[in-house]
Amino acid sequence: MKPADFRYARPATLDEALTLMAGEGEIAALAGGQSLMPMMNFRIAQPEVLVDLNAVADLAGVTEMDGTVRIGAMTRYSDLARHDVLARLPLVARALPHVAHPSIRNRGTLGGSLALADPAAELPAVALALGAKVHLASTHGTRSVAADDFFQGLYETDRAEDELVTAIDLPAATAQETYGFHEVARRHGDYAMAGVALTRRDDGLRIAFFSVSDRPVRAKAAETVLRDDPTKLDLAIEALDEIDFTGDLNGGPDMKRHLAGVVLRRAWAEVLA
Amino acid sequence: MTGPALIFDKPNAYIGQSTPRADTNRLLEGRGRFVDDIQLPRMLHAAFLRSPYAHAEIRGLDTSAAKAAPGVVRVLTGADLEGVVEPYVGVLTHLKGLRSAPQMPLAVDRARWQGEPLAMVLARSRAEAEDAAALIEADLDPIPAACDAETALDPDAPVIHPEFGSNLAWERLVDVGDVDAAFARDDVQVVSRTLRFGRHTGVTLETRAAVAEYDPSEDRLTFHYSGQAPHMMQFIFAKHLGLAEENVRVVANDVGGSFGIKIHTYGDEVATAAAAKLLGRPVKFVADRYESFLSDIHARDHVVEARMAVDKAGKIVALDFDDLTGIGPYSMYPRTSAIEANQVLNLTGAPYDLENYRARGRVVFQNKNMMCQYRAVGHPIAMAICDGLLEDAAAKIGMDVVEMRRVNLMRDDSYPRASASGMKLDDLSHQKALNVLVETMGYDALRAEQAELRARGVYRGIGFVSMVEVTNPSPMFYGIGGAPIASQDGATVRLDAGGGLRVSSSVTEQGQGTNAILAQIAAGVFGVPIERVTVTTGDTDTVPYGGGTWASRGAGIGGEAMLQAAHALKEQVLEVAAVMLQSDAATLDIQNGSVVDGSGARMTLSDLARTVYYRGNELPSDLKPELIATRHYRVTDFPFVFTNGAMAAHVEVDTETGLVKVLNFWAVEDCGRVINPKLVDEQVRGGVVQGIGGALYEECIYSEDGQLMNATMADYLVPMAVEMPDIVVRHVETPTKTSVLGAKGAGEAGTGGAPAAVMNAVNDALRPLGATLWQMPMTPERILKALGKV
Amino acid sequence: MTTHDITITINGEAITATVPARRNLVDFIRQEAGLTGSHVGCEHGVCGACTVEVNGTPVRGCLMLAVQADGAHVTTVEGLADTGRGHRLRAAFQTHNALQCGFCTPGMLASALEYVEGGGTADRTAIREHISGNYCRCTGYQAIVDAIVEVIETGEGA
Repeated sequence: MKPADFRYARPATLDEALTLMAGEGEIAALAGGQSLMPMMNFRIAQPEVLVDLNAVADLAGVTEMDGTVRIGAMTRYSDLARHDVLARLPLVARALPHVAHPSIRNRGTLGGSLALADPAAELPAVALALGAKVHLASTHGTRSVAADDFFQGLYETDRAEDELVTAIDLPAATAQETYGFHEVARRHGDYAMAGVALTRRDDGLRIAFFSVSDRPVRAKAAETVLRDDPTKLDLAIEALDEIDFTGDLNGGPDMKRHLAGVVLRRAWAEVLA
Repeated sequence: MTGPALIFDKPNAYIGQSTPRADTNRLLEGRGRFVDDIQLPRMLHAAFLRSPYAHAEIRGLDTSAAKAAPGVVRVLTGADLEGVVEPYVGVLTHLKGLRSAPQMPLAVDRARWQGEPLAMVLARSRAEAEDAAALIEADLDPIPAACDAETALDPDAPVIHPEFGSNLAWERLVDVGDVDAAFARDDVQVVSRTLRFGRHTGVTLETRAAVAEYDPSEDRLTFHYSGQAPHMMQFIFAKHLGLAEENVRVVANDVGGSFGIKIHTYGDEVATAAAAKLLGRPVKFVADRYESFLSDIHARDHVVEARMAVDKAGKIVALDFDDLTGIGPYSMYPRTSAIEANQVLNLTGAPYDLENYRARGRVVFQNKNMMCQYRAVGHPIAMAICDGLLEDAAAKIGMDVVEMRRVNLMRDDSYPRASASGMKLDDLSHQKALNVLVETMGYDALRAEQAELRARGVYRGIGFVSMVEVTNPSPMFYGIGGAPIASQDGATVRLDAGGGLRVSSSVTEQGQGTNAILAQIAAGVFGVPIERVTVTTGDTDTVPYGGGTWASRGAGIGGEAMLQAAHALKEQVLEVAAVMLQSDAATLDIQNGSVVDGSGARMTLSDLARTVYYRGNELPSDLKPELIATRHYRVTDFPFVFTNGAMAAHVEVDTETGLVKVLNFWAVEDCGRVINPKLVDEQVRGGVVQGIGGALYEECIYSEDGQLMNATMADYLVPMAVEMPDIVVRHVETPTKTSVLGAKGAGEAGTGGAPAAVMNAVNDALRPLGATLWQMPMTPERILKALGKV
Repeated sequence: MTTHDITITINGEAITATVPARRNLVDFIRQEAGLTGSHVGCEHGVCGACTVEVNGTPVRGCLMLAVQADGAHVTTVEGLADTGRGHRLRAAFQTHNALQCGFCTPGMLASALEYVEGGGTADRTAIREHISGNYCRCTGYQAIVDAIVEVIETGEGA
């Protein structure tokens, strides 16, 4: 389980990194490496060029402005977990301990997780539930994409091959905001059998499931039901039929359908509490 | 058995004490000596091309690109090893009718499981070897596969070895009493269930690893391996590589877990040794985790149709079952893959008074990775069949499960005797163990709490197992059937000039603390501080001949040999001391490194040894001390020395998610004399956690066409810390009379018993909801299906 | 094959070598520095046996390239032993028999050290949660938890 050979580059600036990403051949960006390196060790991923983002200072750090928290793509989970800003991101705080294990969190990054878009990962669903904005850059320029439009399929996102995720904007929690998070996993730190992250604010309710479909998914019909009447949980759970449930080794689509209802029930109890 | 008196209560006796293991210092400071730590000049690294298909004709292997790849020294295929390696066949004569086909380390003509090695690349680095393996163009023609054991015997199933005409490898029937008549009685209630046991595997944290060195000038092979049975491997390499047995040295230093995984003959290792011989330079093979999942032996994979009849008093009137197990495409060499089924037939119901017993076992070939002996061979199946049905029957007749066991367990004063299947039993304590268990766990209070919580919608369950464990096997296990597997073990004890003891033993250490207990026995029996004992195991060049570590025999057999050797050396030393001190040997003893008499220390062992070794002129000429003694020991009166245990699991089932939380686990173990209580407790705990793994988490999941779907550690779920409970361990000590030491084995009981206890506990939780589940692992999906929620 | 000239300071000693880009950190430590205390268990970041400290932070040695650690300070189990750091944990591991085969131990110690030095409490569930990224097949974990609890309850430091 040794990776295939590749060329390695460690740019120091975002411009350098983007130039490298625009090069020829199969190029992969290396963030925390906690998913990419295993795939390379299994030779499932065999990039010709590996662009290591760990020395790009522009990609790290957290800033806050006008109720929006901007998190640099290379911010590691453990750095985020220790950051003061987490007080304004209670849903993120709630989800982080479920992400793998400490030494994985010491390397793994928020940008890496979003760019990979593992359907079973917590943070992409959290980003979806918070209505995050994903900032992208390439040599052609920069753009931002709403989380709703970013996740497009199994490990598929709106990110073009030569683009990098540079930062993620998350709305700081308001005083009225409530949130819920629940996942069920066979073992602590595993990818969940099913999970949900949700936020309720003045401007609406957002429910995002993970590990039930080929991507993190909103449950918009359920959102509508519960926004109109918070007591209509059973109806909301019925409305989860809108999701295209896909099975995995833990169980088939029926199992995912059932567990989606369970986690929603439990997370909603947190919201109402 | 009688023997040296007073060995257990001497002032410096270590037997019975939780003496810390000396060799942990090394491991804690990063100074272990594992196989992958070995770097030798000119050493090559091996990587294998493995079959991507469960069943395929090999039309051709084009290795030209691989041979030309950077760093590559040689590429070997099955054809290259023909004539170099003598094929091997995994059969034993005492398992009558067992058949298997000749096997080569690299497949020739046909691949029979996904993961079977097809070609071997030898290169300067493992990475380059992998690069080249990917360049081999394999022309493989997939053919229909028989993957599912349950259909492998169907008339239209593809036959894996056409010469056999079917996929049946072995069949055995045990039929005692009149089972049909017992089931036909009108005063009995019958429960019948189909139990399924998923395939799982060992997942040793150190994967299989080997470094083979061959010196053509002496025609000598040195094989460093991560394994349990050096002498067995010595024989196998000699026989199958055409070497003189004395020219093969097998060395096992630190072994990063084995659990039975590392006691078999793998093509990978044979090919590694063959490559070293062909190339005349060292070759290293370390399985990566992926190939470990694909090629380490798997275990279990049983489907059992079982029924039990009980009368109104809860007495088991009859037990009848049919066990079908899939073993992969070959019977593993040399221990065979029929032993697990044989154990199931031998052990099921063995704790209980049982007159009518019928058990049929069928072992079938299939196109999956090979199945063979892994920790607690057959025990989890045997215990789950009988204790599962017992608790099912108890529920049916409305009887408490503890009370039902008391009715049926053999009485502690009823030995020696035999089990229904004919196993000779002695020195067991089922009733007492159950009593200690019930008291330790606070059974009545737990039942009350359970009832109260059920009323509130919290579903907890309590499940038990009463079990036997096969330990200290005699030659009746393997030797009788022609396998090169010693059931005796030897120990050598030498007094060095400095007054220290250098001891060696043919049993091996994989972390269970063998070296520590050998030191305890030697130090205690001979009479030196334990710090003065140095232990060597795992090297065929230096240790006495023996079988290594398997079937929980290290302490009971290796320990007894050490006891006898230490005692023999002591007698020698006292004879010399009596002459030197002009005293009577009968008045002398050895304590804390000195020869003592009633008045205290008379002479240090160092003084004695230096006189013997350097100043022999001071001794009478007819006194010829050896200061070294070797003794061998084997069990002679019994085929096996059984232990017993009683265990209980307390679980909570989340009936919405199907997740099971093991809240508590209690184990009462009777392994005879306990040499080191801490080490025994830890063997039990580690074993229980592996058993919980089998019950709740671990399964090799195959697709219908024989692809292993979860060959990663992220997908094959082993127990991790936070899901596991603290485990309470208690002991009943009924020493075996087959040895002076009185120790039986303790290594496998937890793994053998825990699955049944957990299954029973889960079913105890589910029964009020009208559900039960008889398939392991008891995954959330299966529990939710049993509950009708999915 | 792409190679890089790198220098990594391991346990205080600068090791300079030309390595393939694909060489991971734990292989570098074992093969270039000859420090074989760090173990390779799965090479996909799950088992934790290769856990080492990079600039004071425990990471998976199989999920970081050696070239990424160019210029970094790495501490392995041998380095802990050399400096005496973690000696209370090691003593407690021995007393409680918190290791059997010892293969997981270097990584387990690194995670335990992170927990104890990070001010973790003696709460058994919290300890179990923290070490849940380190796989041990032998012990069943209880003895490891016992050892960590004892270190926290009986004195200062690890």
